[in-house]
Amino acid sequence: MTFPGVKALDNVDLTLRKGEIMALMGENGAGKSTLIKCLTGINAFEAGEIHVEGIDGPVVNHSTLDAQKKGISTVYQEVNLCPNLSVAENLYIGREPRTKLGTIDWKEMISRSSRIMKELELDVDVTKTLEDYSLALQQMIAIARAVDMECKVLILDEPTSSLDDNEVAKLFKLMRQLKEKGVSIVFVTHFLEQVYEVCDRITVLRNGTLVGEYPIAELPRVKLVAAMMGKDFDDLASIKTEDNIDFTNAPLVVKAKGMSHKGTIKPFDLEIHKGEVVGLTGLLGSGRSELARVIYGADKNQTGELEFNGQKVKINAPIDAMNLGMGLLPDDRKAEGIIGDLSVRENIILALQAKRGMFHLLPMSKQNEIADKYIEMLQIKTASKETLIGQLSGGNQQKVILARWLATDPDFLILDEPTRGIDVGTKTEIQKLVLKLAKEGKSLIFISSEIEEMIRTCNKLIILRDGQTVGEITENLTQENVMSGIAGGGEND
Amino acid sequence: MKSLKKINGNTLLLLITIALFVVMYIAGCVVYSTKGFTHLQTFLNILINNAGLLCVTCGMTCVMLTGGIDISVGSLIAMDCMFIAVGIEKWNMNPILLMVLVLVIGAVFGMVQGFCVGYLKIQPFIVTMAGMFFGRGMTAVICTEQVSVSSSELFVKIAQTKIELPFGAYTNNKGVLQVPYVRIPVVIALVVLIIVFLMLKYTKFGRSLYAVGGSEQSAVMMGLDVAKTKLKAYVLSSVLCSIGGICFCLNTMSGSVQQATGLEMDAISSAVIGGTLLTGGVGNVIGSFFGVLINGTISTLVKTNGKLLSSWSNIAVAALLCFFIILQSVFAKIKEKSK
Repeated sequence: MTFPGVKALDNVDLTLRKGEIMALMGENGAGKSTLIKCLTGINAFEAGEIHVEGIDGPVVNHSTLDAQKKGISTVYQEVNLCPNLSVAENLYIGREPRTKLGTIDWKEMISRSSRIMKELELDVDVTKTLEDYSLALQQMIAIARAVDMECKVLILDEPTSSLDDNEVAKLFKLMRQLKEKGVSIVFVTHFLEQVYEVCDRITVLRNGTLVGEYPIAELPRVKLVAAMMGKDFDDLASIKTEDNIDFTNAPLVVKAKGMSHKGTIKPFDLEIHKGEVVGLTGLLGSGRSELARVIYGADKNQTGELEFNGQKVKINAPIDAMNLGMGLLPDDRKAEGIIGDLSVRENIILALQAKRGMFHLLPMSKQNEIADKYIEMLQIKTASKETLIGQLSGGNQQKVILARWLATDPDFLILDEPTRGIDVGTKTEIQKLVLKLAKEGKSLIFISSEIEEMIRTCNKLIILRDGQTVGEITENLTQENVMSGIAGGGEND
Repeated sequence: MKSLKKINGNTLLLLITIALFVVMYIAGCVVYSTKGFTHLQTFLNILINNAGLLCVTCGMTCVMLTGGIDISVGSLIAMDCMFIAVGIEKWNMNPILLMVLVLVIGAVFGMVQGFCVGYLKIQPFIVTMAGMFFGRGMTAVICTEQVSVSSSELFVKIAQTKIELPFGAYTNNKGVLQVPYVRIPVVIALVVLIIVFLMLKYTKFGRSLYAVGGSEQSAVMMGLDVAKTKLKAYVLSSVLCSIGGICFCLNTMSGSVQQATGLEMDAISSAVIGGTLLTGGVGNVIGSFFGVLINGTISTLVKTNGKLLSSWSNIAVAALLCFFIILQSVFAKIKEKSK
């Protein structure tokens, strides 16, 4: 299997034993997704064979359905269910229970689905449509679907990236149950802690080749990261050098007073100085992204006012914010960020072009120059700048969107989960970049679910709970401090 | 309380459509009570006049559920009618055989369109537009003049059969007993409606239509054969359209090149008013049924008035369409917000 210009997988062996959980690790573009797609029949492979227990001879899967029939089920990072159908249907579509007449037996389907949901301790009304539930629940439902198909091999591709800790725990419990039943699980994730918590063995890929297979006990964290990156690990903790810079004398870039949006975020005040990185932290759904969206005008503020660079401004739509010199990197890059049918170059210049207006087309030479500059600067792995962005791996897509905003040269940039679903190496690069931008005098809002990452990059942390800002930490940024803040020890509480 | 909670946006839209029809009809009864609007037969006439459209709309709904569209239906009907008319009048063929042939032609027609959309992944709009030109062109090739059907006794008999209802009889002001009736196309259309309704709800194919329209990518990932589902949807649409064509021909008893011009738009507007989303994944033939009834009621109201230009019914449909698509988008917004 080759992707344009890049060989995605080269002579990789993978052995999975009955009833084990194996972590499949590797950086972005290492070939994990491609390997999985070959196993599940989405991509055809050019050389090699697949063998499955109980089936003589090599197996060739021509479609996902084919793979499912042979006992290989997959749950992907992006929920692949139909939002307009009921939960029960999403669990059973394609293999619905039938009545004697051969029609769909709704009663049976609903009762079976409810039973599955109960077994997994999910509080879900199976007759409601899937889109009524949160992304995390949808993910659990997707797993429930795969599990119920009596699979021998379950492939989980980044299943935890949209789940909170509680849900992750539930998922792990489920994985262990399945393991006891003799199901073999391939677990792809970027969270190192999760690997050590639940897996038996680790297979590491790098640049489309196999690095090795290791029992979990023989591969401590540092060695794992070294194996993935192919070099001695540049310690993450050393990214941030100077601590506690005093920003009180720096000019204010953003000053929000009493801004709110009904139903998503209660009135909040926020001050961001020049060169400051402010982190928004809180549990999933606490209003982190929503706060950012209100400032940026993606959701219009219904109360309060905003000062930007010392001037009172009114933002009705994102284009106003862009013209003022703001940028927002949305958290859902698939839905709000990338335009898969456009090339890397076109995706990079998109925001800049929008800012200039339709009729002031950037000259091609300038476009190429900008694209080359950022591909180089952010080390975007792409065959060329004319490659379609849809063909890039997740982390590289994220870098392209980041480049898009950097190209507009904003004074103030909001990064909403820029590191979700990307590998450790790229994460480090993005964090370094954030600090570099701040040093250049840009102000940033940084949102991430990983507290450690926030502590490393932010000068100030704002804590949110249930759509409200409940506290602020500027000194002693430690994990415990932040955790207790999120949990309910905030000073304004 | 619990049952109230279960009503989601889409069910509410359906209820609004039904309510709108009822209100519109009652208003007609009140305003035009002297012109016979209150009689059951007025309602039955709406059914008789729109039996063909109802069949077509059922097929259109299925295609729209997949996120596609079929604008070839109007000219396919013209072709069917012309084929039957010329077949009877000039080629002296058996009308039943002709009807069967029309269905076969419809199936082949749909298969070609479905293959292009499903397997070759061409935009449905452009594929069915080609079908539209082909159908209209073929009609003219068969015969350029208007052909009336009169020579087949069997055909005339089928077309003129009145199925009298066992209730609702009344005596008109001349003292003659009037028994309400429907014609055979109405029975055909209602049977089609019921079958499609059951198919959408209780068969794998029916649910696959929703899945494909909801998220094509997911449908593939869940192991559904998307291309085949689409192919079948277009075949279904063209076959139902041909059934509609037969109903049409029984109603008008003629074939002409200009027949059923713009019918595809009536079908699409009926489906949309009935709550089917153009983006796919949401909709139901019950809604489409009421969409057709609303369309029919509007034109009947305009006709009953007598003074209004018939174009006013277009304007009324335009207003309604606007109302419904705005309503749909408002509901979608509310749903997004409430998350």
